[in-house]
Amino acid sequence: MTAFLALIDRDLRLAFRFGADTLASLLFFILCGSLFPLALGPSPDLLRHMGPGIIWVCALLACLLPLDRLFGAELEDGSLDLLMLTGPAPAAVAFAKMAAHWLTTGLPLLIASIPLGIMLGVKGSELPLLLAGLAMGTMSLSLLGGMAASIVLGARRGGVLLPLLVLPLATPVLIFGAASSYAGQLATSPAASLDLLGACLFACLPLCPLAAGQGLKAAVG
Amino acid sequence: MTTPSDFPPPPTPGRLLDVEDVTVFRGDRLVLDGVSLTLDAGDAMILTGPNGAGKSTLLRTISGLRRPDSGEVIRYGALAWLGHQDALKPGLTLAQNLALAEKLGTTSLPDALDALDLTHLTDLPARLLSSGQKRRAAFARVMLSGAPLWLLDEPTVGLDVASIERLGAVMAAHRARGGAMIVTTHVPLPLDNTRSHELPSLAHVDSFWLS
Repeated sequence: MTAFLALIDRDLRLAFRFGADTLASLLFFILCGSLFPLALGPSPDLLRHMGPGIIWVCALLACLLPLDRLFGAELEDGSLDLLMLTGPAPAAVAFAKMAAHWLTTGLPLLIASIPLGIMLGVKGSELPLLLAGLAMGTMSLSLLGGMAASIVLGARRGGVLLPLLVLPLATPVLIFGAASSYAGQLATSPAASLDLLGACLFACLPLCPLAAGQGLKAAVG
Repeated sequence: MTTPSDFPPPPTPGRLLDVEDVTVFRGDRLVLDGVSLTLDAGDAMILTGPNGAGKSTLLRTISGLRRPDSGEVIRYGALAWLGHQDALKPGLTLAQNLALAEKLGTTSLPDALDALDLTHLTDLPARLLSSGQKRRAAFARVMLSGAPLWLLDEPTVGLDVASIERLGAVMAAHRARGGAMIVTTHVPLPLDNTRSHELPSLAHVDSFWLS
């Protein structure tokens, strides 16, 4: 457990030291979301209707950005060898990296989605629901993305392969997440979509670290 | 985390490692052909052989990073690993880089840094260290582990003569405490009573005739 926390601690320190990586996905998220009004025209009604959907798609894409380096940097400088040999169990190493990914990418995205939502005209009363959905959604995306990143680790053109692997897996998260965020606008109950979104998260929670651990072991072999 | 109970009891007292008839393929190229060796407490084994003879592959196989395609590797104690790369994050200080190893290990950080003459660099970011200083920092991680079996892949790369002497003293102390090590190196190390194991080059062997 101490090793697990020490690993997260180290990753957070690295993220603060090299703030550019964290900032890049955050700026990508905000810029990407700001492009839609430019393309769709400044109709407040249209933007308000599309707002939650835009935020969800942009968050999904922004989560992908730092995945390439999540394990890639560890593999290149030999840290992964050491972690596999003397660190905690491979699945725990993978889970620690996924947790760090969420803390450095998912959490900032969550906070940035508030101004982006307001900009797109999402009502204040709909924001808590959007954030609740996004919180679970970004956690699932960190888990799925970490798994995919460990699987393509060491493969040639892994960076190209990564989105092709993550995006199909992320579709249930996107469907149920966006559906829950639209509940306010459509005056329906978000319970069912939130339940299913939670189910996705709880399925990912044990499975993704286990699969990622095997991916890491294969990558160093 | 590895505890002593993870390892089988040694067949003879002091035995740390048995490598039995290990064969490894890389793709369809034969890299290691029936390698056998044993290591007891106090041993220092130098792996020699031309470039590409599979020295690093053998170390990776012994460490468990890679599974042998046939044969068996049995370890009777924990191991510490020094790979080709130093595994230091350029943005973190030396102490932060070694924090994880210190938490997992049994030796204290100041002692290890002192033995390798790194104390004055503790709070310096790793990107400011020279390649020799980085190599010593990576070696400090091996010392921190407190593991009896050291696997060292080219520990002396980039080191000056004084640093190699210092490394030799650390290695001798480790052997005196009942530790053992397997080292690949191209420069002579200041160690006495070493055993050496020569790996032949298998580059000329056509894998077709082996299958």
